[in-house]
Amino acid sequence: MKSAVIVFPGINRDRDMAMALARFTGRAPQMVWQTETELAPDLDLVVLPGGFSYGDYLRCGAIAARAPVMAAVRDAARRGVKVLGVCNGFQILIEAGLLPGALMRNASLHFVCRRVHLRVENNETFLTRKLGRGDIVQAPVAHGDGNYFAEPATLRALEDEGRVVFRYVDGTNPNGSINDIAGIINRDGNVIGLMPHPENMIEGLHGRTDCAPLFESLVSA
Amino acid sequence: MKARITITLKNGVLDPQGKAIEGALHALGFAEVANVRQGKLIELDIPAADDAAARNQLKDMCEKLLANTVIENYNIEIR
Repeated sequence: MKSAVIVFPGINRDRDMAMALARFTGRAPQMVWQTETELAPDLDLVVLPGGFSYGDYLRCGAIAARAPVMAAVRDAARRGVKVLGVCNGFQILIEAGLLPGALMRNASLHFVCRRVHLRVENNETFLTRKLGRGDIVQAPVAHGDGNYFAEPATLRALEDEGRVVFRYVDGTNPNGSINDIAGIINRDGNVIGLMPHPENMIEGLHGRTDCAPLFESLVSA
Repeated sequence: MKARITITLKNGVLDPQGKAIEGALHALGFAEVANVRQGKLIELDIPAADDAAARNQLKDMCEKLLANTVIENYNIEIR
């Protein structure tokens, strides 16, 4: 599988993501700087990693979402290429209009850095097919703006269409997110965004390997 | 001409920063203060033939970048 990691100024989880992708896909992803206007035509997966693009100025992800490379990402998504956004990458996908809703300041106003419990709500996605529906995995979060919000009609559509992929459970919702939503998928089934960091829960040194099946899912897709 | 754009969270959208400010104001003795909302102020210079042309451009800027219209309202003032 051929993957690319998009890099913006202020992104800091790009190398964690690249290492995770290299480990599971067997080849290093292309690292693509935000000023590029084209992506390789044969990519299977585009990842927007976590961090603090443009220092979170204006709104988290707002400036990065308008960077030149995003036209190419949007084009790839339209062609059916899988797109994954983690943390700031999720914020960027939302700001770019590739996923619905908004990610607001954490209800507590605190930056939250801890481990959460996620329930797999939909295991028919390219990120969860190696998991069972209802499985609970642990993953770290580290964000100040992960409080997912959507208007009632959008929220109803997400729930009714099974497009909530992960939900915080066991009282671990770190940000006040509506319906405990931690990750969602688009209607076409090829764009996923989530706040937790699966790339940081895949090897012994991380303490647990709960998120290895997410990357195995990516590869098997 | 100069423009000033005010961006605020929509009514009904939780504004935790506004709540925190309100709590602090109460603690300082401004007990009657209510409904504190925090927003953003953006000022810019825009060359435009007239107010209407400027306003159209500014509206476009708000919709495309300056505001997130899922959760925010914007107000444009031209001076």
